[in-house]
Amino acid sequence: MWLIFKKEFKELLRDKKTIIFMIGLPLLLFPAIFGVAFFFMSSAADKAENKVLKYAIVGEAYAPAIVQSFNDAADKFEPIAIGDEQDYAKLIKNETLDFVLVIPETFNSDVLQSGQHKIQLYLNDAGLNKVMGRVSEIIDEYSDAFQQAAFAQLNLNEAQQAAILKPIEIEKQNVADDREVWGERLGGMLPYFIFILCLQGAMAPAADLGAGEKERGTLETLLISPMDRHKLVLGKFITIAMAGIITALITVSSMAIWGLVLSQGMAVEFVVKIMSMIGLVDFLLIFLMLVPVVAVFAAILLSLSIYARSFKEAQSYMGSLIMVVIFPVIIAMMPGVELKGGWVWVPLTNVALAMKELFKGTMDYFALFGIFTSTAVIAAGLIMFCIHWFNKEKVLFR
Amino acid sequence: MIEISGLAKRFEVENPKKLSEQEKKDPRLKGRYFQSVRDVSFTCEQGQVLGLLGPNGAGKTTTLRMLSTALKPDSGKVLIGGEDVLANPNIARKKIGFLSSSTGLYGRLSGRENISYFGELHGIAKDVINARIEEMADLLDMQSFLDRRAENFSSGMKQKVSIARAVIHEPALVVLDEPTTGLDIMATSTVMEFIQRLKDKGTPVIFSTHHLDEVQTLCDKVTVINQGETVFNDTLSAFSDLSGGQMHKSFLKTLSMDSEEMSNVVNL
Repeated sequence: MWLIFKKEFKELLRDKKTIIFMIGLPLLLFPAIFGVAFFFMSSAADKAENKVLKYAIVGEAYAPAIVQSFNDAADKFEPIAIGDEQDYAKLIKNETLDFVLVIPETFNSDVLQSGQHKIQLYLNDAGLNKVMGRVSEIIDEYSDAFQQAAFAQLNLNEAQQAAILKPIEIEKQNVADDREVWGERLGGMLPYFIFILCLQGAMAPAADLGAGEKERGTLETLLISPMDRHKLVLGKFITIAMAGIITALITVSSMAIWGLVLSQGMAVEFVVKIMSMIGLVDFLLIFLMLVPVVAVFAAILLSLSIYARSFKEAQSYMGSLIMVVIFPVIIAMMPGVELKGGWVWVPLTNVALAMKELFKGTMDYFALFGIFTSTAVIAAGLIMFCIHWFNKEKVLFR
Repeated sequence: MIEISGLAKRFEVENPKKLSEQEKKDPRLKGRYFQSVRDVSFTCEQGQVLGLLGPNGAGKTTTLRMLSTALKPDSGKVLIGGEDVLANPNIARKKIGFLSSSTGLYGRLSGRENISYFGELHGIAKDVINARIEEMADLLDMQSFLDRRAENFSSGMKQKVSIARAVIHEPALVVLDEPTTGLDIMATSTVMEFIQRLKDKGTPVIFSTHHLDEVQTLCDKVTVINQGETVFNDTLSAFSDLSGGQMHKSFLKTLSMDSEEMSNVVNL
């Protein structure tokens, strides 16, 4: 059995295609995609922040102080004379202007007398832009000043001011800690990624070890070697399972490492905090639960692969398997589905739920028993089936 | 001494409607089953080379697969040196070396690794394997490419490695299923020399072929199978005597001896 495993694994490691899918892709491509996306996003945001905005103010005479403020920030705003043109939309669309500010003639500093002022801002808000934010930055200064003046005029103390601004405020007291909140969000996605990756990583070697062997004409010679059929199957099975686990491990750790690197200076404390809250035991349990799951995948993949006449046929069978795997994970992500009662015994869904619970730190450790038993029983059953399958002439010599 | 008697094997037909008209006419088709091999018997003594002849679809490959334990016969007996192959497939497997024209190699392993993998599967010690590989590398002139990956081999190189792989465990019987089909002249002669060498060593060889000249050069015995049944089983001289030394005519004669099936053969 180990002889077969050793040989299959050696062959696997020499296959460029498999190595690319198993190691190269998760290690380099994911961070590359994230990195490129991050780079474009931040550079676009940067551009929007620092771009000199071309503007026009209609009704300048009513608010000379605001006009002055815009003029003072000449490195950020560039005034454009638009004369009597009324069609602001056209001006903005043909990019003569970035925005138009219309100040009403009733504008004055005594808001108690005049009531609320409405200044209109014309802009194209479809793409990424910071026009609103940058304009408010200047206008808000005046808004605050007017507010303070009004309060002073009414002679209100600070408590009264707050009460008038918001008479009743609801204060949220979240009993869930940070870990539970983020565990619910991240923990739902995690099994989805890990399952698919395990399956993906195991797929290429599985196709090679079953159908590939048929296609190359090496199966017959292998079958008539004096090696018990079950050892043959187990050797192949372990190779496929290993490939799946390795892929998943590499991917998850690469995501974690690159995530840490990229988030440096951003939310690094937050990531570290989340990571440190999840204990080593929980990580270990997540990994342990993955073992029977991968066994299930490997047994199914090997059965499909040996049934297929060719590599191509095997791959099309396996492609549809992804849909079957996604379904129970999606169920686990649906609201209301919890690790209780019957769900503990539903394969794949229970593991997905348990991963979420472990992430959240609200794991009911007794449920582990049900999860392990049900998954292990299914895995053992599938391996038995696989061995039986390998003894059928109808399958081997199709 | 290899004794095969009353071998039979049937396969389930997945979809009888898909069969061609010609296939439906085959008398071996019985309902949902196709009786690929109905009654095959022959014997092969120590040091003899037996040639298995027959038209395409006669059941040669199925017979050899049963002999090499890849398939399980429905009935009949296979004895190799008195050992019952069917009762003890794993012991029998150690005694058989098998090679066909379609057997491949693991492309990502080197020639040497391919051979030693099968040696290890047979439970042979590493140093014994290495010694035998060295010996065969000289014999088959493989030194120049033995450590390269098998995926880049020419068909001749592949066949040499396959030969070495098939006999790494020094089998008591070598079974070859159309070993020269699809090979070029050089590779074919390598195979022929290999059979001759086995014969000289006293190892019995059973091989199926469509080339009557190969039979003439190498074989001591000839067995002809037609529609799953043995129709001729005797020495090479008896075979060629059937039509005064002309192998082709002898072959056609053995087929027509089976008068019942005669009409079908002619129709083909």
